[in-house]
Order: sequence, then C-alpha cells, then structure tokens
Amino acid sequence: MRLTVDGQSFDIDADPDMPLLWALRDLIGKTGPKFGCGIAACGACTVHVDGQPVRSCSLPVGQVSGAVTTIEGIGAAGKLHPVQQAWLEEQVAQCGYCQAGQIMSAVALLDEVADPSDADIDNAMGGNLCRCGTYPRIRSAIKKAAALKTAGL
Amino acid sequence: MASVGKIARRTFLIGAAAVAGGVAVGYYYYRKPFPNPLEAELGKGEATFNPYVKIGADNTITIVAPRAEMGQGISTTLAAMVAEELDVGLDRVKVEHGPASHAYYNAAILQEGGPFAFFDESMTAQAVRSGLGVVGKFLALQGTGGSASTRDGFDKMRQAGAAARQMLIAAAAQKLGVAAADLETADGSILHKASGKSLTYGAVAAAAAAMAPPAEVKLKDRADWKLLGRPQKRIDMLAKVTGAPIFGIDVRLPDMLYGTVKMSPRFWSRPVKANLTKAEKMPGVIKIVPLETNYGHGFGIIADNTWAAFKAAEAIDAQWSDPEYPLSSAAISDALKQALATKGSVMRDNGDVDTAFADAPRERIVEADYAVPYLAHATMEPMNATAQLKDGALDIWCGNQAPTLVRQLCANAVGIEQDKITVHTTFMGGGFGRRVEVDYALCAALMAKETGGRPVKVTWTREEDMRHDAYRPAAIGKFQARLGDDGMPVAVDMKMASPSVIAGTLRRLFPSISPLGPDKTIVDGAYDQPYTIPNYRVSGVAAPVSIPVGSWRSVGSSVNGFFHEGFMDEIAIAGKIDPVEMRKRLMAAYPSAVKVVEKVAAMAKWGEALPAGKARGIAFTLSFGSWVGEIVQVADTPAGIRIEKVWIAADVGTALDPGIIEAQLISAAIYGLSAAMGQEITFADGMVEQSNFHDFDAMRIFQCPVFEVAILENFHKMGGVGEIGTPPAAPALANAIFALTGKRIRTLPLSKTVAFA
Repeated sequence: MRLTVDGQSFDIDADPDMPLLWALRDLIGKTGPKFGCGIAACGACTVHVDGQPVRSCSLPVGQVSGAVTTIEGIGAAGKLHPVQQAWLEEQVAQCGYCQAGQIMSAVALLDEVADPSDADIDNAMGGNLCRCGTYPRIRSAIKKAAALKTAGL
Repeated sequence: MASVGKIARRTFLIGAAAVAGGVAVGYYYYRKPFPNPLEAELGKGEATFNPYVKIGADNTITIVAPRAEMGQGISTTLAAMVAEELDVGLDRVKVEHGPASHAYYNAAILQEGGPFAFFDESMTAQAVRSGLGVVGKFLALQGTGGSASTRDGFDKMRQAGAAARQMLIAAAAQKLGVAAADLETADGSILHKASGKSLTYGAVAAAAAAMAPPAEVKLKDRADWKLLGRPQKRIDMLAKVTGAPIFGIDVRLPDMLYGTVKMSPRFWSRPVKANLTKAEKMPGVIKIVPLETNYGHGFGIIADNTWAAFKAAEAIDAQWSDPEYPLSSAAISDALKQALATKGSVMRDNGDVDTAFADAPRERIVEADYAVPYLAHATMEPMNATAQLKDGALDIWCGNQAPTLVRQLCANAVGIEQDKITVHTTFMGGGFGRRVEVDYALCAALMAKETGGRPVKVTWTREEDMRHDAYRPAAIGKFQARLGDDGMPVAVDMKMASPSVIAGTLRRLFPSISPLGPDKTIVDGAYDQPYTIPNYRVSGVAAPVSIPVGSWRSVGSSVNGFFHEGFMDEIAIAGKIDPVEMRKRLMAAYPSAVKVVEKVAAMAKWGEALPAGKARGIAFTLSFGSWVGEIVQVADTPAGIRIEKVWIAADVGTALDPGIIEAQLISAAIYGLSAAMGQEITFADGMVEQSNFHDFDAMRIFQCPVFEVAILENFHKMGGVGEIGTPPAAPALANAIFALTGKRIRTLPLSKTVAFA
C-alpha cells in the first residue's frame, strides 16, 4: 500500500483496517499525531487528508486516497506555520499532548475562514479536547494566527 | 488550634508513618549529602558542579530540573531559579530532567503532611514540618506532586546556581591573575572590566568544578532578579507546537516491539478461566503473557504494532474472580453511609460543639448532606511505558511523577537490583496525580522479560486507562451549623467519610508499610480553612472500600472544597448575610484570606445588580499553602446553563512566574469545573461503567468561560500553584447555580440535576 505523508511517499504493509493513526505512528514513524481515545472523541490524532481535517484514529488506512499532512508537515523548511508561530507567541501549550491536533484543526479552520469569529472557533475546535484547559490561549492564538496569515507572515 | 497537641499524639497518617520512622532513625542519614548523580554520566569536556549544573568546554550550560514536566511549567521555573543565580538567560541553557536519583528528593512534598493547617505557625507545627522535611529526605522520594516543586526547589536550586557561579569566578580569577571581586558575570561569560578580558564559563568550567564548593553562598536580592518574578518563555513550547517526539508514547527504539495490556476489569481479581487461543492466532501477535503486579492481574499482549495488540486484547476471553469490594455504586454508597455513622477521627475541635448544638432552637439549625463521586484522571496521553531488558539491565522510558519509585518497584517486579535499572523520564501528556502510580511501568517491565532482549512499547487503550485508574475517591459528608442572633455561625459540625487515599497508595507503592492512623486527606480542605467560628469541629472516617484510589489534582481539597464552601454558602443564605461579607468577617484573623476575598469580589464587581437570567457564586479554599478565591458567573440560556465568566484571585506568597501561574490557575479551575459539570465514575458488577470520552468528557472550548486572574503576594510563605485553582471551582459554580435557580445541589456531578449549554 502506498501512502503520501508530508510530501513523501511511503510503501507500507498494513491491514487495510488499521487506523491511519497507527500506520503513521508505528509503521511510518510519524509520532506527531497522538493517540487519545481511538473513537474520534478527542481530536488528538487530527491530520489532514487533501487539506481536510480528519480523526486518523478512526479512519482505516485502506480508505485513505489523498495526501496526508501531519503536524510535522505544515511548516516550511526552517519556518513555523503562522498557527505554530501564534501558539508560540501566546504560550498556549501546557502538557502539549493535544496541541498537535489542536493546531491541525486550527490550520484547517484558517484555510477555510480567514478571519474566524468566536462561533467559528467554537464550531471548528469543539472536537479537540484539552485536559489542561488551554482553551482561552487557543482562542487568542487562533486570532493572532489569522492576523499573521493575513499579513503574509 | 487548641487540640493540636492531642491530635499530634494521636498521629494522623503520613504524620504518623513519617515522624515515627524518620526523625528517630534518620537524622544522621539526613545530614549526609547524596552523591552527585551527574558525575557518572558526563560527556567529553563536561564538568559538573552539583546535581543541578553541568557546563561543557564549549560553554553548553545544562541545568537539571529534576521534577516531572506534565504541563505545569515546572521545568521552566526550576531552570529559571538556577539560571537567575548563574547569570544566564533561559535561551542560553539546555534543560534536562536528569536521572532517577535520591539526590533529587522532594522535601516539601511531605512538609505539609502533618496535622496542622498551613497558617498554624505554632512551635509544634513548625517542629513537625521540619521533621517531615527530614523524612522527605529519609525516604529520598524523587516525586513531583503536592504542588511542592517550587517550594522545594526555591532555595536549593538558586544555591546550586550561585555556588557554580562563585566557583567559575574563582577559577577565572586564578586564570586571569586578578581578584575575584573585580570580576562580573553576564550571559555565560566572566568579564574583567578594567582590562576588558573575558572568559566563557566553558573555558574555566573544568578548573572551577574541581574546586571545593564555597562554604557560604550569597543569593541575589529579589530586587536584582532578572528572570524570576517575570513571565518566561517556556523551554518546552517549541517542541510542543512542532509535534516533537517528547512523550513516553513517542519513544522509538531499534528493533522495537509493541504491546498493550488487558487487566482484570474487577480490581485485584484474578482470571479464573481464560481462552487466549483466538487472540494468540491473530495477525501480528507475537506472545500473550500473564501479568501480576501490586496493581492487579491480567495479560500483556506483545505484537508487531499497537493496533494488532489492541485487536488481540479485545479477543481475549476471560472470566475474573469476584471482587473484594461492594459491587455497585449503590452498595458503595451504603458502605460510605455506614462509615459515616461510626465515630470519626477529629481533626479540628474548637470550643464545645456538642454543648453549642444541645440547646439550639430548630430554626437556627442548618443541616445538609453532600456527596461526590469517584473520578478518573483521564490524562490526554493514555498510560504507556517502553522497556528493554538486556544483559541483566533494564531500561525504562515513561512519563512519571516518581522516578525513584518506578525504579524500586520495577526492580522488585523483575527481580533485579535497582542499580541495574535506568529510568528515562519523558514529558508527560498530563499527570494530575495519575503518574505518581507506576502500574504502566511495571507492566512494560514484566513484558520486557518476554521479548528476548528487544524493547517493547506498551500502550494502554483509552478504555483500559479509564477503567484502571487510582481514582479520586467518592465521599459523603454531613454538615450542621447553628446560627447566632446576628445570622453568623456560632457552631459548625462537619463529618466526612471516604475511602483512604493514603492507605490505597501504600498498598500499591509501599506494600510493606501498613497505615498507622486516620488519613488526613479525608479532611483536607475542611479542617484547615482560615475561618474562626467559636465551636468548629471537623472529623473524618476512612471507609473500607478497596477500589484503588489515589491523588487527583488537589486530592482531599477537591472533595472538601466543594463540601465546605457549599455549606458556607448555605449558612450565609440561611443567616441572610452576603456570602462575601460573611467570609470576610469569619476570616478577620487571617488578613491574607480577607485580601483575596476582597480582591476577587472587586474584580467581579460583586454586589452590583446583574441582568435577569444571570447570577454569581463565590468560594474560597486555602490549599497547598495558597489562598484562592473564585467567583463564577452563570447565565440561563435556552440550551441550558452557561458558565460565562470566572474571576480568580490567588495569594501564592511569592510569584516566580506570573505567566505560568495564571495558566495553572485557569487550568486547575477548568479541571474542577469539568468534573463538577459532568464527570463521574460509577460501578456495576464490580467494574467501572465508563470507558472513554463519550461517557467521561470534560469541558470543551465552546463551554469555556472568560477568565480574569489576579496573583497576590501578601502571605509571608510561598505556596504551591499546580492544584490550588481546583478546589474552589466546583462550589463557586454550584453556589452560582443556586443563586440562579434556587436549586441547592449537594451531589456532584451537577449534570444529574441541571443541563449545561
């Protein structure tokens, strides 16, 4: 089975029922996407398939037809994605475990809505659980990222 | 408190085990310094000054922050303590967790374990505190918990930085042939201003480290601090926004196998019948092995990948023996009620409570029964550990809050000496007290015996994690107050029953120590609050229910914050006194408490009229040495109750990093609100009924209120930070809901009674 992840092509030998998350983590070695629940209830495993956010813990790898992007593939060489930059500036993360998923959801949101309202943020980010309660800083960071992105930074 | 001597003699747990064992036996041992564990692992050109500082010839400065990073920012703040005195910026240093070593014992974690409120500065209380500090060293527990890390580290980490700096200056003075007094330091270099000559720390590190440490170390005055007292950029932030492999679950080793566990769904039960054939034949499965640990029994599944192990675990068909504890939540509740009806251990006893109630007219009595459920920690990163047993040596990689315990218990389980074990402590995807336990490490260590020397990464499913926790215990409480003519309370009688966290923890972690006395955590957060009421009794009873219970962010205060402050609100309403005003009057002897209440009330503009459909509640809890007031504002919406805004004022004595403290206060409040709104662990047929985030959820971003935080520094002793925001959150919310709806909810979670938007 052939999989494109973060612009690179991988040949893997996997049960097609294996969730994309475990193919990424155990077979390809991309540990950025995290295992949290296995039932698409927490969002820690969020990656993009053809730009759309998906919960990789519940998507069988055999059904993946598009290019996969993980947290490790959103920045350009030597440069953070504006969402990562905003996360850094707002000092969002605490334990950090959910943040790869949070960032992937936020990147997808900003690709769709350049200047999201609070309601847009609530809708796009509601599936991403954070047990450290970093939500207030996540909200500020998304707004800052929107500004950075608009300014072309 | 009048009866402190009597209570001390009666010995509360921890106080008991510790004082009896430690002070008598251990003082000589206490005075003896531990060897510096960094000496064994120096790289080429590296020199070490003490267990906290390494400097390489290339001027790479490494600071060891020996407390576990679980999100609380401790690695940043501990590093800042050393860096402050070493005169380097945080961007100039590498920060490591360091090896498991007794040199990194946490003295403060036990210091408040004695039977005294934080504000009790009597001779007895102080003597026991210093005794317990000695015990912390005697047990040499390298632990992260009890909101104790900054308090424990504040002197010794700054001294480590200052001592290293003085040695570097002395070595530079020798090399340059100038007086040490004429040298200055900045940003990792030593400068002789008169000649313009300078040396990097690295250039003199080897010579400096060979010198005798200074007999006297001078620390900076607070006015000269450049890092401490100001928000720092967290040292772990870049790794955390780029998805770097920093967690236990991210460990990857050559030739590594994967695995999971299926432990008995009934605690302590054994498999009476098990059919492994189907599971063993599944693709990718290598081996299924029985597991027996202090935590219970079950099977370990070793496979080619984690998914294959998960599938095989599901396919194991086993029957488990009957449990030793009540089977259902209803039966557990009955056991708590029976315990509550027995004579309790009195932890606070002012005045004469029985006499004060004897002649009370009915209309002056307030009575209430409170209850809270078991709770899981539900850290975002499920339990996991990676282990490799090769050539008689065990390496173990995991996020954990107690590396020396991991080492000790794994040594017992695997049957090798502790010095053959290396514990690699990773960042944790959440701790909250769950990773004080070592079950995940024991399982991986035992499975590593079965892999022919190959490493195995053992990851639990969320379901396994949810159903095998050391839970926050369920608790119930009976509360009575007698009001005076002015509406103020003249007598309160508070009694609570709960399974014992200390007894539960000892059974798992120190099975050879038997509990000696009652468990102070049952009454923490109720007996030690800064209120003066002439007749004030708080007693606790340990209920004999052996479902594993452990430390859950703020421990006993997570229970009693809700009980005590909910009941205080009831007293205020019954006495027709404003709840803020009542607290200020009862707290008059404790100015720090009054200032916190005044501050949070001013921030929220307490007392100003609110629009219809909105209301507020207040609560206050002193825990882990910090004084915290919270006000919650709720609104009635068509979709249910919405938590709109939360104000927090916290007096932490000395605020070392206001940015991190603010984040922790909000985090802990959300943790408490999440539990209060909807979390409970229930039991049927001896098994946990919840399994994943669909039935044990937490607050989501769309439910998250706006926060406003004030950090105060009025009290003269430093308090903890990581847990203190949790206790007042639930009662402030419940009190707000009472103000909004007139419903006094005394049983958590609140979602049993009201709906949340």
